[in-house]
Amino acid sequence: MSSPARNWKTIESGPHTYEEALHPVVKKNYGKFKYHEIPKPGVLRHVAESGDTIWTVRAGTPRQDTVDMVRVLCDIADKYADGYLRFTVRNNVEFLTPNQDNVEPMIAELESLGFPVGGTGMCVSSVAHTQGWLHCDIPATDASGVVKSMMDSVYKEFKDMQMPNKVRLSTSCCAINCGGQADIAIVVKHTRPPRINHDHLSTICELPKAVARCPVAAIRPTVVNGKRSLMVDEAKCICCGACFGACPAMEINHPEHSKFAVWVGGKNSNARTKPSTMSIVAHNLPNNPPRWPEVTEVIGKILTAYKAGGRPWERVGEWINRIGWKRFFEETGLTFDDNMIDSYRHARTTFNQSAHVRF
Amino acid sequence: MVGATDASSQEVHHCGGCHAEGNGNGKFLNPTPMLDELESGPWPSFISGFKGLAERTKKPMLRGVMDQLEYSYNTKMGYWKGGLVTVDGYGAGIITRYSMIKDKFPEAAEFHTMRIQPAPGLHYNTAMLRELCDIWEKYGSGIITLHGQTGDIMLQGIEQNKVQQCFDELNRKGWDLGGAGAGMRTAVSCIGPGRCENACYDNLKLHLKTLKHFVGVLHRPEWNYKLKFKFSGCPNDCTNAIMRSDLAVIGTWRDAIQVDRDEVNAWVEKKGMDALVNQVINLCPTKAISLKDGEMHIETRDCVRCMHCLNVMPKALSPGKERGISLLMGGKNTLKVGVNMGSLVIPFMKMEDDEDIEAFIEQIEEIIDWWEDAGLDHERIGETIERVGLKQFLDGVGLEADINMVSRPRDNPYFKAPY
Repeated sequence: MSSPARNWKTIESGPHTYEEALHPVVKKNYGKFKYHEIPKPGVLRHVAESGDTIWTVRAGTPRQDTVDMVRVLCDIADKYADGYLRFTVRNNVEFLTPNQDNVEPMIAELESLGFPVGGTGMCVSSVAHTQGWLHCDIPATDASGVVKSMMDSVYKEFKDMQMPNKVRLSTSCCAINCGGQADIAIVVKHTRPPRINHDHLSTICELPKAVARCPVAAIRPTVVNGKRSLMVDEAKCICCGACFGACPAMEINHPEHSKFAVWVGGKNSNARTKPSTMSIVAHNLPNNPPRWPEVTEVIGKILTAYKAGGRPWERVGEWINRIGWKRFFEETGLTFDDNMIDSYRHARTTFNQSAHVRF
Repeated sequence: MVGATDASSQEVHHCGGCHAEGNGNGKFLNPTPMLDELESGPWPSFISGFKGLAERTKKPMLRGVMDQLEYSYNTKMGYWKGGLVTVDGYGAGIITRYSMIKDKFPEAAEFHTMRIQPAPGLHYNTAMLRELCDIWEKYGSGIITLHGQTGDIMLQGIEQNKVQQCFDELNRKGWDLGGAGAGMRTAVSCIGPGRCENACYDNLKLHLKTLKHFVGVLHRPEWNYKLKFKFSGCPNDCTNAIMRSDLAVIGTWRDAIQVDRDEVNAWVEKKGMDALVNQVINLCPTKAISLKDGEMHIETRDCVRCMHCLNVMPKALSPGKERGISLLMGGKNTLKVGVNMGSLVIPFMKMEDDEDIEAFIEQIEEIIDWWEDAGLDHERIGETIERVGLKQFLDGVGLEADINMVSRPRDNPYFKAPY
């Protein structure tokens, strides 16, 4: 889009520079921090080799923010943290101050403004999530609404540190799973093959691209009412929605048949066990706005069982590995079914190739 | 401009029939009963945020988008379609959104997003953040995501005819667009040396230098598919690099974990011997820790640098002194071959000075050149490596095979041995 009146020549600068965004105490001790403590939920105390101390207060945000809310956060930073703030990858805001006296007043003010202070240590932190109906072009559900509903239900667990280890959550509005692997994830699972709009398909889609996108070769060229189009072998289709991203005329989303599934045991850290991927433990849950109670209920069952049974430092997946999947389903009250047996690539790597049995 | 605190804490006032399309009770917004359900409960509500912003600014786009979102909550379907909006000289960075039902909600006809690259580590001062908010309020809706899963600041909701001016003003203040499409993408870093004692390299610096180097292909995508960097300071991998990025740069060390004996003893004194055994020694994945004459002993040769014991005893244990990075490649999520964790391709590389950074960027260029030749359309680099073979990849980019790259040697004889 060209603008004739333009009097600015673009500087392709890439990421914004960071040095001016570091608190002077951080800058002075950059790379020279010695250790940290978590004196109470939502508060970190980092000590540098120089002996300098910097306090961090962490609070939850909706992620889906406004300029007004960001200005409020800036006011807090100006008042208590010398004008510096940062965000975590789980959408929490952090204020860093060398002045311990600022910590409690800052917590009080954040709480009074509705920002929950917490998200540290062995807690349920906020949700890595996507855009959903607010902005995405291929969503089967909303993201921020699901997250709001879920965080309302784990508000206490965000604010205290009573879990065996940290719990990371994610949500995703389609099978692409932009929310990512997490201890507990809720991800849309389509249950019906795409509905094809034969009138428009050939005018808005590149047919070979859509055919190539299918991981199970279920899409074939066809002619409908004299127009070139595509057809789906519904027996083969795995309802992944990959074709919909390439071809909007292959609508995978459905108000009733796009459901939710719940996954557990994803872990990104290398601590103890290698990073691990998630397993499906519940599916066919309804997409039920505005509060998605069925999904929140399943999350609650899993967290309750994990909190009761997990040993210190065990992440959800590690806890399950110790007690076994059989007990996981017993203790959460969820039901294992034959759709949870992998049938995709590398499925055999998930079979029990041993005589190890739990009774 | 209304002071930020005032704006957030004030009640939503009736504006005296400020708009003919209002709901008749004097408010700017139309009724959104479904969305209003998301205003209750203790977690901060994005809906309350939107409503406050809309009532203050009276931006029609906000009302239209709220109406369309309410409609989605009722019909359980989404109504945005993509398009091609961009700024002069760029081929990526604006996520274009047109409403499919603009006849119903004309105020929501356009709702484009500008992806903006934040500073590495998501560090801000309030001056830069306020400046960003002021520019964004001038041209756009005022809705911001901090931050998108791509690592970008997402400025959501602008019309095409305002995009260039908004970008120019942002660009004057040091902001640039993020990536999209089949090119280099915006990167993500953890807090790094900017507070964390475990940062094994200056990931903020490496992030900035590397992304500046590849800025051209970030703005003008021309590859098979997207390519993402994430920079984590240590194997705790707080950016989720191994799963979420094609190029996962993970800080690590080669020598022994640094042990402060007095602090170990203080820890045991405080937490007890049971905790030392149950929470530290027994949880070491390679049994590298044992008790020797009642004292904790770490056998460095057995240590895989997983971070567990350092996490449990942050005051007593620190990463070694000989620090650098490991590079893992190929992380991506489910669609369509299934989730793939990145795998190790460079076990260790020094990352201390500008020469190290240059050597790193050269190696990455080599890797990208190979992928441009060997990859297929819409194939992430991890998928290419799986399809052609890790050995072929190593040959192609000039890396030596290393036993650390596999969890074990192959369990089948199907390869062409030299004869």
